[in-house]
This record gives sequence, C-alpha cells and structure tokens, in this order.
Amino acid sequence: MDSALIPEGVKRCSFGKFIFWLVIFGAVLLWGVVAMLLCWFKGLNQTNMNDAYGFALWIWADLAVIAIGGGAFFTGLLRYIFGKDELKNIINYAVLIGFICYSSALLILAIDIGQPLRGWFIFWHANVHSMLTEVAFCLSCYFAVLTIEYIPLILENRQIDRVPFFHNLSHNMHGIMAIFAATGAFLSFFHQGSLGGVAGVLFGRPFAYREGVFIWPWTFFLFTWSAAACGPCFTILITWITEKIARKKLVKQNVIMLLAKIAGWMLATYTIAKIVDTWYWATVTAPAAGFNFMDFYSNNPLYGIWILVLEIVICGIIPSIILITKTGRRYSFLLISAVFLGALNACVNRWVMVLQVMAVPVLTFESWFMYFPSWQEIATTILPVAYGIILIMISYRYLPIFPQEQEIEEEKHASIFV
Amino acid sequence: MEEHTKAKKYGMVIDLDKCTGCGACMAACMAENNVPFKKDESNKLDSITWMRVYKLTNGKKFPEAEICYIPRPCMHCEGDHGHAPCVSVCPAVATDYSHETGIVSQIYTRCFGCRYCMAACPYHARYFNWWDPVWPDGMEKYLSPNVSPRMRGVVEKCSFCFHRYQLAMNKAYVEGHRELKEDEYQTSCTQACPAGAIIFGDLNNPGHAVCQIAKPDHKHGGRPMNPNAFRLLERLGTNPKVYYLSSRRWVRRAGDNYIKDEGKQGNH
Repeated sequence: MDSALIPEGVKRCSFGKFIFWLVIFGAVLLWGVVAMLLCWFKGLNQTNMNDAYGFALWIWADLAVIAIGGGAFFTGLLRYIFGKDELKNIINYAVLIGFICYSSALLILAIDIGQPLRGWFIFWHANVHSMLTEVAFCLSCYFAVLTIEYIPLILENRQIDRVPFFHNLSHNMHGIMAIFAATGAFLSFFHQGSLGGVAGVLFGRPFAYREGVFIWPWTFFLFTWSAAACGPCFTILITWITEKIARKKLVKQNVIMLLAKIAGWMLATYTIAKIVDTWYWATVTAPAAGFNFMDFYSNNPLYGIWILVLEIVICGIIPSIILITKTGRRYSFLLISAVFLGALNACVNRWVMVLQVMAVPVLTFESWFMYFPSWQEIATTILPVAYGIILIMISYRYLPIFPQEQEIEEEKHASIFV
Repeated sequence: MEEHTKAKKYGMVIDLDKCTGCGACMAACMAENNVPFKKDESNKLDSITWMRVYKLTNGKKFPEAEICYIPRPCMHCEGDHGHAPCVSVCPAVATDYSHETGIVSQIYTRCFGCRYCMAACPYHARYFNWWDPVWPDGMEKYLSPNVSPRMRGVVEKCSFCFHRYQLAMNKAYVEGHRELKEDEYQTSCTQACPAGAIIFGDLNNPGHAVCQIAKPDHKHGGRPMNPNAFRLLERLGTNPKVYYLSSRRWVRRAGDNYIKDEGKQGNH
C-alpha cells in the first residue's frame, strides 16, 4: 500500500502490521497527552511533587534523555571533525535518536514549569548567572541544529527526493553538515555541562555541591564527559534493539565495534574522573559542610550505598572493562550488556544528582524526604518513549536511515547463493 | 543636595529561650501577606507557611527531655561570596537581592515556576503555589490591599513584610526624612509575638537592637560575635540574616551539621 514511499532495495513489514503497532504506541502516546493536558490545565497539583521535592521525575527524565541523546553530538564530532569515516553508517540513527531525546526534553520542560505560558521569560528576562539559562539557550539552539541535521534525512525519502529542489537542498545540506556537527558539539559541551552545573552550584545542598574552576563546578565537566561516554552506548543499544525487531543486521559490525571502543575509553576515563570527584567530595567538600559520607546513604528507606556501587562499579567500571577490551566487544552478549550498563550509568547519575539531592535533609531537625511520582508524572514521562518509538518506526520505514542496510542484505543473499 | 543613605541590612534575632511555639507569628504572617491556605493544612509539604515554627527535642527521655521551638522565616541570605543560594540560580531574574535593604525579593509576575530556587534553598523557605488561592466566602474583603495575592504555578516566600518598608519609606519621605527609625519598619511576626522573642531591625545600624544583640562580624560574613547567637547552617556559607539566641548548647548545635566527634568541646 505504501511501497512507493519505502526506500528502494530494502524490505519492510506489511502495512497492516505497521499500522497495528502504530496504534498500540499511539494509545500509549495518547495516555501521556491526556496527563500532559491535565498538568497544563489543572496545574502541577496533578503531580506528587511538593515543596521539598520541587525537582523530581521530570527533571531526571530531562537530564537523562539529554545525556543518552549525547550520542548525536559525539558521533557527529567523531565523524565530521575527527574524521572517523566509518561512523557515517550510524550517524543518521544517532541524529534521529538525538532529535527524539532533545525534543522530548523540551516537551517535558514545557510541562514541568508552573506557568507554561511564561516559558519564554527564560529567554526574555535571562539571568546570565543561572545555569538553567545557559541550558535553555544551548538546548534550544542544539535542538535547531538537530532539526537541521534531520531534515536532509527526510528529504531523502524516495518521493520527496524526486523533486529536484529537495534533492539539491538535501545534497547541499549534506555538504555543509560538518559546520553543524561542529556547532552541535560546541553547544552540547555547554548545555551538557550546564545541566551538571545546575546541581553542582547548589552550595546550600551539600550532596550536590562541588567545587570547580572559575564559575564551573566539577559536575559541569563530568556531565559533558558522561554524555559523550553514555550517549554512544545508548545509540549502539537502540541500534541493536532495532536490529532485533527488524530481524536483520542494519549496521556492519566494524562500525559498532569502533563506536563501542571509543565509548568504552570515554566511559573508562569518565569513571576514573567520577571516582576522583566522589573521593574528594566525600573527604573534603562534604565534611566541610558538616556531613559524614554515610550521612547521605543511611537512615532512609531507599538511598543506600548500593546506588553509588551501582553507578560507579556496575555501570562504570564493569562496562568500561568490557568495552575497552577486544574480547569483551567481540561477544555480543557482553557488548550489549556493557552498552546497556553504560546508558544506565548516565540515568543513575542523573537520578542521584536530582532526586537524591532533594531527598537528603540539610536542616538537622528535618528527616529524609521521600517521593513517588503520580500517574500523570509517569504517563508524561512515558509519553516521549512512545513518541520516540513512533518516530523511529516511521523514519525506519520511509527513510534511508541505515546506509549499509541494502549492502548487508545483498551480501547476505550472495552468501546464500554461494 | 541630599546625602545618599547608608545601605541597610535588615535582619532578625529570634530568642529561642523566649519562644513558646504559640504560632502567633505564623498566623500574623499569613494574614498580613495574604498567604493562601487549603481546607486541610496538615500536609506541610504542600501548604504555604512563610513563617514556619519547627519543634526540636534534645532526644533525651524524661526527666532530661527538653524541647525548643524554632520559627523559620526566609533567611534573606547574602551568601559569603555575595550570592544568595536562590537568587543566582533563578533563570528569569524573578528573585533579587537588594543591596539597599538586604532583602531577597520575589517577583511573582516574573516567576514562571521552574522551582530551581526551591531546590537551591536549604531552609525550605520557598513555597510553590500548587493551587490557585481559594478564599472562604467574604474573605476577599479582608485581604491586605498592600500585598498582591499569588497565582497558581509561582514560587513565593517571606519578604520581611517589604510592603511595610515601602509604606514606611513613603511616610518618611512625606515627613521629610530619609532614614527610618527602628520602630517605623517592623515585620508582622515581630509585632505579633506575645513573648517578644522576635526582634527586627538593621544589622548595619549599631543603634538597632538586632545589631547590639547578634553583634554581627561584617568582616567575616556576618557571623555572630554573641556566644549565645547562631545562624542556621552557618557553615554552608549562605550568610543568612536571621540570628537565633539560645542559652542551651544542644539548641545551638542543632543549628548546624557536624561530622562525627567534631567540635564537642566548642561552643557551637
């Protein structure tokens, strides 16, 4: 039915099957939209946030999707600036994942503010001292860059590409993509860092506060570093999931191996930096504010030392070792486990730097603050996941996202006949 | 030509030995500042109390058990390095530190409700309007015309009754003087306290009681030189302008965090 729109030389599932899954994920999306509208029309009383938990699930989701969406800027940087040419075979998908992550982050932010109609104040009345201002500017600019990077992909649709104007536009945009990749990397460095700065500058919150260089707390650099490490892990993970669902190889293994190796070294160096940061914070920064290290991990029903072990050892050291060793990368199970743990690393780190920061009591006569999100918060957090799946479904079906797909399919056929 | 007036640093001293925990300061604050309330105010995590009285115990059993009440307004922090924790983080300049008065303001019509300031404040002195205010029938007539009620989705907090400062300054200007006397600008909680536990004034003015009692050391971030005075979370570097007095050591120690076995011999 829609075969004229599907890229040439590749196979896709039947239109009926495609629509069936579209309806399923559309229903989930609709559930999120209902929750979103409730929040917009009735206010944030629809959430379980409170005055102690002003930052909660949504801010975590924001920080997490931006971190794991970091594969777009970092892969772009490697491909266009550092000349890792093999990565051209995965860059489209990295851009698409980044586009989904960043558009989701902007949507969640729009729901998260108490007066959504005043959202533009952050640009109009900008406070240059606030990390959140820097986040808003860089995030918006980078989303524009991602849109520019995604447009040529849309233009490569079989039918659109027939129009000479769009064909030439797409061709010319590809030609100048290095400029956008560089701009994206520059912007990402700042907004990923600023998101780290959001927590790091809170000198009233000893669990979050970090010293640093000039105006930038150490978390500024750590967040950028972790996004560059964990973002590519997420790109590889989603590529693998897509391959499993499509039941065929979409990106050649040497491309995955290269990206996994780079992500591994980024993750390893990041983990070392994170350990040094944690050690300094635990022995110098926090005690100066009157806190013992274990004050942050005891006397509460959830946050024990396990979360630090999960972040640094299980999601840091272990995947690093797997990804930097050739043997580790060679075994599919180990590779996928490692990239899963790598992506989880950023999610756990962002959780800790948002929700645990809010939970820790600072006044001596207060106790730990615990929180569980309302269904509206959960639905609006799942909304971007459903949206992401739908966008991937549509893009995969109608756009040449994976340049090696046809070649791999032909090679497979050739090997069968041989 | 008129001389420039000296910068003020309005602050508070709360004598915890006098505070009985009656809550008159809280009630006066709510009435004075049109603070909205819900039918059920028992959940203190989503109700608004610009001035909140905490109850502390020394954790001992009878007969050594002791309690203390700590009224907690906004601390109007200056920050050791010139930044209040909440002011520098606000992305839209909806909160500001006045170098003229030392008061941290909140601009309700500018705030878009990101709540970053709440995350930054270690005292939980900032409150979010989770609902639009609903006043009981007829109560609109009793609202203060000097304070604008706030709408859903914005943050609010204690302003040291700033509207009273503005009214006092207007009056002083009409009367031909620029400097306010100590009693010309007082907060509602100060005036409502039946025990006289709250004292308010200019910490920069040696003639004011707050300055004489707290004895702030302006060269060292306003740290109190009175051995019985302390500030909440002093060591975080927030440089608050609310001082507490207590003759009891456990109360003074409850004002801050200490690592294990730290400063057991010290006064604070």
